[in-house]
Amino acid sequence: MNKTFTLKNVYVENTASVVGPTEGAGPLGDLFDVVIPDDIYGENSWEKAERKMLLESMGLCMNKSNYQTEDFDMILAGDLLGQLISANFAARDLLIPFVGVFGACSTFTLSIGLGSLLVESGFMNRVLAGASSHHETAEKTFRFPTELGVQRKATATWTMSGAGTVILGGVGPVRVSEVTFGRVVDYGLKDANHLGAAMAPAAFDTLNRHLTNLGKKPEDYDLIATGDLGSVGHIMLKHLMGDKSLGSGNLTDCGLLIYDTRQDTHAGASGCGASACVFSSHFFPLLVKGHINRLLLIATGALFGQTTAQQKESIPSIAHAVCFERVSDQ
Amino acid sequence: MLKERESPQAKRYARLVEQEKPRVSLGFNILRAFLVGGSICLVGETIKTYLISYGMSVETAGIWMSISLIFLSALLTGLGVYDEIARFGGAGSAIPITGFANSIVAPAMEFRSEGAILGLAARMFVIAGPVIVYGLISATVFGLIRSVLL
Amino acid sequence: MNYLLAFLFGGVICAIGQVILDKSKLTQADLMVILVIFGSLASALGLYKPLVDMFGAGASAPVSNFGHVLTQGVIEGYQENGFFGVLQGGMAKAAAVLGASIIFGFFAGLLFRPKG
Repeated sequence: MNKTFTLKNVYVENTASVVGPTEGAGPLGDLFDVVIPDDIYGENSWEKAERKMLLESMGLCMNKSNYQTEDFDMILAGDLLGQLISANFAARDLLIPFVGVFGACSTFTLSIGLGSLLVESGFMNRVLAGASSHHETAEKTFRFPTELGVQRKATATWTMSGAGTVILGGVGPVRVSEVTFGRVVDYGLKDANHLGAAMAPAAFDTLNRHLTNLGKKPEDYDLIATGDLGSVGHIMLKHLMGDKSLGSGNLTDCGLLIYDTRQDTHAGASGCGASACVFSSHFFPLLVKGHINRLLLIATGALFGQTTAQQKESIPSIAHAVCFERVSDQ
Repeated sequence: MLKERESPQAKRYARLVEQEKPRVSLGFNILRAFLVGGSICLVGETIKTYLISYGMSVETAGIWMSISLIFLSALLTGLGVYDEIARFGGAGSAIPITGFANSIVAPAMEFRSEGAILGLAARMFVIAGPVIVYGLISATVFGLIRSVLL
Repeated sequence: MNYLLAFLFGGVICAIGQVILDKSKLTQADLMVILVIFGSLASALGLYKPLVDMFGAGASAPVSNFGHVLTQGVIEGYQENGFFGVLQGGMAKAAAVLGASIIFGFFAGLLFRPKG
């Protein structure tokens, strides 16, 4: 069933995250590297603020490991806005060869998966992989102006403001061991206020293929984390896994970890930033400290556009899986 | 080849999604819409009564009431309060003329960063435009039928 | 009593709107358009004016009143100026409200920054 790549020589050297104030006030708030004071972050547009967050997360990553821009062979990054303006404009200030990647909210594991293959192949020594999303830029692009009085649906997720970056290279405390790229899956759902349900079959397809290809069971991972299915999508994924009796003991969703229930964010966080920030500032430290040894991260993305939504088309989805393993200290 | 999105499996999944949809507490939502919408009308009535008590004609007072509500809505939208009221009130804040004004001010503020002409001015009518178009079309059609037939 | 009637009628219209929003796939923009069309139909049938007389702002603050005003403008325009009046009357009658919306909207857009 379409290849899963097993890698030997790729490591996550370091990570960094920058999040918005709402995310900073959530349960993981203390873990993020930077919590910006407001979503505009001293700029004069939301778009500039988002790219500033992404650029800052990349800069932080480099500083943590004492690298200069010359030390990197490539940046792989993406976001949700048209023409990837956050990633493109952030890369403008770094002068590192850049490839923009788009997988909607699955962009983070897509960047890591591609970057890992490049490092494993030996063509590249060190790659920056990142992704960003921003609540207001996403609302403005995909929904309504932010000051418009609309009541959000209970199934709707809250696009989070956040950027996360990782350094992939030849040494590090966490190894990238397995990569499965997703197929585009479409179960015919059309409700743009209920993306979790549309994306759950894609997450299931990738998970199922990943496990089947490797002859593994969900229990072989300490944690399986989807990207941004949200509360309802998470339940739908459990239903799908139940169908094939895969079990679902250690399953979680990055989007469910960002906010607490008092924050009126409905079904949870969504956006590229969800998997990027939760991995960078929560899962990565857990792996380094040995609280978990094997993590399967499956970021999920809804691959639809404004135009297809208005033309009443269904919502194709995708999910890319990457397994991270703790390097045991010897 | 049967497309996945038309497969029986996909249909079964769609039914399951419907079942798992969180039930909205409709009663509570209705009550909040009622209270917010009613209150806005109450503010309007207060303004109107006040103006009439100063000798204004009922019709002129009605127009001034609308203008006042539009002004208040523009101010509250600008201050970032109206979307919070709407989060609570839903249709209660969308249906009064204040909702119409909010739908003009919100995109004007949001798209100002794209320039004064194609940003602010053009986007003002994203939602208000259709309301004006269909209002005028229906008024012309119904008004003309009424005038010619009766 | 006028206050109570305005509150109750306006509230009921909004409550019905909420049912439509929650039970159908219609957006807020759809709802506003439907109400305006509904307002002009009721106005042409001579049903809207009695509502305004009875419930005051309860009937004249909702956006359906916009349809009513436009329709009354068309009808009055036809009586005074024939077909020219049909074209002129609707917008003429709604001019103050439309003008206020555009002017206040413009300056609010200039003065304020969105907070998100």
